[in-house]
This record gives sequence, structure tokens and C-alpha cells, in this order.
Amino acid sequence: MINKELLTIVETIQIAKETIKMRLQGSEKIKHAKPGQFVHIKVGNEGSHMLRRPISIADVNQDQQIVTIIFKVIGSGTDHLSKCHVGDVIDGLIPCGTSYPIEQITMDKALLIGGGIGVPPLYYLAKQIKEQGVEVTSILGFQSSEHVFYQSEFAELGKCHIVTNDGTHGFQGFVTDVIDQLDPTFDYYFSCGPTPMLKAVSSKLQDRNGYISIEQRMGCGIGACYACVVPTNDGSNGFKKICKDGPVFEANEVVL
Amino acid sequence: MTLQINLPGLVLKNPIMPASGCFGFGREYSDVFDLNQLGAIIIKAATKQSRYGNQTPRVAETSSGMLNAIGLQNPGVEAIINQELPFLSDYDVPIIANVAGSSVEEYVEVTKALTRTTTVKAIELNISCPNVKQGGIQFGTDPELAAEVTSKVKAVSHVPVYVKLSPNTSNIVAMAKAVEAAGADGLSMINTLTGMQINLSSRKPILANKTGGLSGPAIKPIAIRMVYEVRQHVSIPIIGMGGIMNAEDVLEFLLAGANAVAIGTANFHNPFVCPEIIQALPGVLEQYGFRSVEDAIGKGHEHGVTNFSRA
Repeated sequence: MINKELLTIVETIQIAKETIKMRLQGSEKIKHAKPGQFVHIKVGNEGSHMLRRPISIADVNQDQQIVTIIFKVIGSGTDHLSKCHVGDVIDGLIPCGTSYPIEQITMDKALLIGGGIGVPPLYYLAKQIKEQGVEVTSILGFQSSEHVFYQSEFAELGKCHIVTNDGTHGFQGFVTDVIDQLDPTFDYYFSCGPTPMLKAVSSKLQDRNGYISIEQRMGCGIGACYACVVPTNDGSNGFKKICKDGPVFEANEVVL
Repeated sequence: MTLQINLPGLVLKNPIMPASGCFGFGREYSDVFDLNQLGAIIIKAATKQSRYGNQTPRVAETSSGMLNAIGLQNPGVEAIINQELPFLSDYDVPIIANVAGSSVEEYVEVTKALTRTTTVKAIELNISCPNVKQGGIQFGTDPELAAEVTSKVKAVSHVPVYVKLSPNTSNIVAMAKAVEAAGADGLSMINTLTGMQINLSSRKPILANKTGGLSGPAIKPIAIRMVYEVRQHVSIPIIGMGGIMNAEDVLEFLLAGANAVAIGTANFHNPFVCPEIIQALPGVLEQYGFRSVEDAIGKGHEHGVTNFSRA
């Protein structure tokens, strides 16, 4: 069940270049949000911003009823959101979409592969599976050193490798280069990031079990408008709705 | 205060219905609010075969609105009848089925199939989708073609037929008169206006389809003007739509001559908008001196019929 929640901003802070971390307090209903799900946030008004912005959930503090979102300022909607202040109340539909099915799978070791603004949902996932006793290894890719965030947070939960496109922090190159170099062992992988990265990751790891989370421009955010569809990979000419059937999919379930 | 409105084939608890394409087949919104509150539901367009639709991105935000180019994605009329209508038949809400096609024959076949069911209480004939290469809008810009498809669909339909008009025409009154003469039981208007948005960095149109249909408050004045003009020249009822965000906007459409209204883009901004408008409507009607919905219809014309310089 999706709820319309009035969320109070309790913290907003820039944590990397063009990257904002925001903590939002709501009712006890938000406690049920799971790793991989998103908040569909209303920014501005119908004149300035007709469409809501889907922002993935980076963390949930169940006791304080606080969700953390981390977003990059890439357009007028995220710019507007970045200018909101502590105490401001924003309207969000939560929780939206599917989550990483961690309750249905058993594993000893997990590999988390994140790229840029695809890193945040992996953090709540890492926390949850670490609690289940899973050994977590993370490979996080960013454009350059000024874009890097949450390295120490991930390092607290397991091995964390940073890669930047320009080599200004950690490895140089792409997340797939790091997979080649380190050849980490894992039972399942979980990946979120830009589509070209997900394509490269899922084709490199095509014989392995894994889940990916994808993004797309959305309309309604609840599965009614068919704006954010992706073709399925089973040759049936079928499709999935990213906002409702996703954003988490089994790797190779959909055509990227 | 009564909000009830009776239209051909339809007894509406209130004049508020979600617009086709903005509400899927109702299932998703049934998780958000009780669909029984709605006056009616206009379901997503049906074609004979399933359609995947256009490539993504399919939506782009604009000032006071949005562009969409979904491309009539749907599972095909038989799948809609078998998989979607049974769910909707559990609700006490009249269902209006939107029918699209690439040829007159397709419109006729889809209508025949849908009106076999008892769930569909009216047809909305979609001769105005701007986002598909064949069919749709070509029928909506040529009065003769529009009349032909209307009369052939009327001949096979067991339920009233509302023709959805396109604003992408220089003379909407001619279109309205043509379909009225061809036997349409009502009109629904307006569909979206064709538009485009280009990304400065990529230098490419944002939508994969390049063009899309503009909707939202940006088009409301156009919709109001068109409903007003058409109301003066046809006598069949009009379901008005185009950028309605609140109960005041509903009243404006009623004054212009609409008998009921459809809510589209606003559902994306606020999924609770339909029940919120239904709740607010009696207060707004009362505030402006009306005792019912019926009482407000066409009251924007009290100065009498005027000759439009552009008519």
C-alpha cells in the first residue's frame, strides 16, 4: 500500500559535488520501506513541477521514523529540492516499487556494485544483509574524487573498493575493471547505477545470480501511466513497469 | 447537495472521472483510494492487437504541464476483456472504454468486442491520439473521416459512443458537428496538443518519439475555449478535460458547457486528486451560487450566443 506522507526535513547536507543527503521524518508507516524502494517526491507546485521525482531510499531509521535520501542535483526538480531547508515539509509517496528480495534468498557473500547516484539504495541493502550475517563487498564507481561519498559508511559494513573514471580516487576506470582485477567471490550480486554500467555489469556477470535496480523518467510512479516501461528478456514481446514491477529486477530479466 | 449527472448510458454519482491513459485499468489506483467514489472510469485505450508503444523516455515535464508519448501501449482488446474488466466489474462505477485503431475496421472490431461485455457502459472513440504513426489523429483532423468512423462504430455498438476530439485542428466546431451528425451520443474533449521539448546539452528532443502530447494546466484555457465554442453549436453532452487540478477548474468547465469532466495529468501530481476534488466540489458549487452540478452546466453562456470572429 502506497501512502502519501508529509515528510519533515530534519537534516540536509551536501556530501559530495552536486550531491545532497537529506533525512526525512514521517509517520510510523515509513518504517516498512525496504532496500531498493523509492520515495516519489512532489517538488514545487503544479506550475513549476508537474511530475514527482523518484528518489531511492538510502537508509531507514525505524525507531526515529526517518528515511534518508541521497540525490544528485541534475535538473530543476532536484535543484528545487536541494534548496529546501530543515523544518520544511515535503509530500512523498512511500514506499514505491519493489525491493531487493533479501528475505527470499540465502547467501553467505554478496557483492554490491554501485555507480554514482546508484550507490545510495545499496547502503540500506548492505546494512540489512550485514545484519543477516552476510559478508558484504562493495565496489563503488564515481566520476572523480569530488563525487565520492559514503566510502567510510560502506567500509564499516565490509570491504569497500572505490573506482573513479579519472583515477583521482581509488582505482581508475569502471566498476567492471575492478571486478576483473579483484575477482571477488560472492553468491549474489546487487547493482544499481546508470544503464550503461548495469549493461556492462550484467553482461560480465551473466552466469551469476544477481539483482539490478534501474532508473527512468517516471510519470505516476505507481504503475498506471506506462511511461517507464522496459522490455522483458524472454522473447515474449512483454514489458515490465519500472516504477511498479521494479525498480529492482532479477539480472537479465529485462533488456537494458 | 446532489452531484449526480445523467448522460447517455451513464448514471454518474458525480461528474468526476479519471481520463483515459492516466489511470491504467484502475488496478493501481485501487491501492490508493476506493474507486467506488468515482463518477466513472475511462480506461486506457484498447486496440485489436497488443501494442508495445514507443521507446522511452516517454514523458517530459513542461511549464504547467507535461508531454507524453506512450504510443497506445495496451495488451489488446481480448486481454483487456479477460484480464482487466472482471476486476473493474466488482466496483459500482460505470466503465467507459477508450477505443483506438489504425483503420475504420479496427475501430469497429474493437468496439464490437468491448460492447459484448456488460461492464462497458459507454465507448470513448479515440480519434485524437497524437503519438502513433498510423490512425488516431488522422481521423480526428478530417471531418469526413471522423464522421465515417463514428457512424460505423455507432452501427455496431450496443452502448453510447462519445467521440474524443483532438485540439490539433483549426476548426474544432466543424469536427464536433460532423461527429454529431454521424450519430455520436456525446463528445469528450480535449485530447493533448502536439508539442516538443529539446535538451540543450544533448541537442536532442527529450522524448524518444520526439513529439508528444501536451497536457496539464498549460492547455486548460484552450480546452475551455474549445468546449465553450463547441457547446454553442452542438446539443450532445460534453465530457470536458484539459488541465483540471481542482474543484474550481471543474466548475469552469461546467460553466463553459461541459456536462462532466475527466481528470488526467493531475493524477500524476497527486494520486488522491479525484477523491479530493469530489469532496471539494459541493463547497465550490455552493460558494459560486449553484445548488447542483446540473445547475452550473453552461452557465458561462448567459450572455447568449456570440459569433466568434474565428469560427
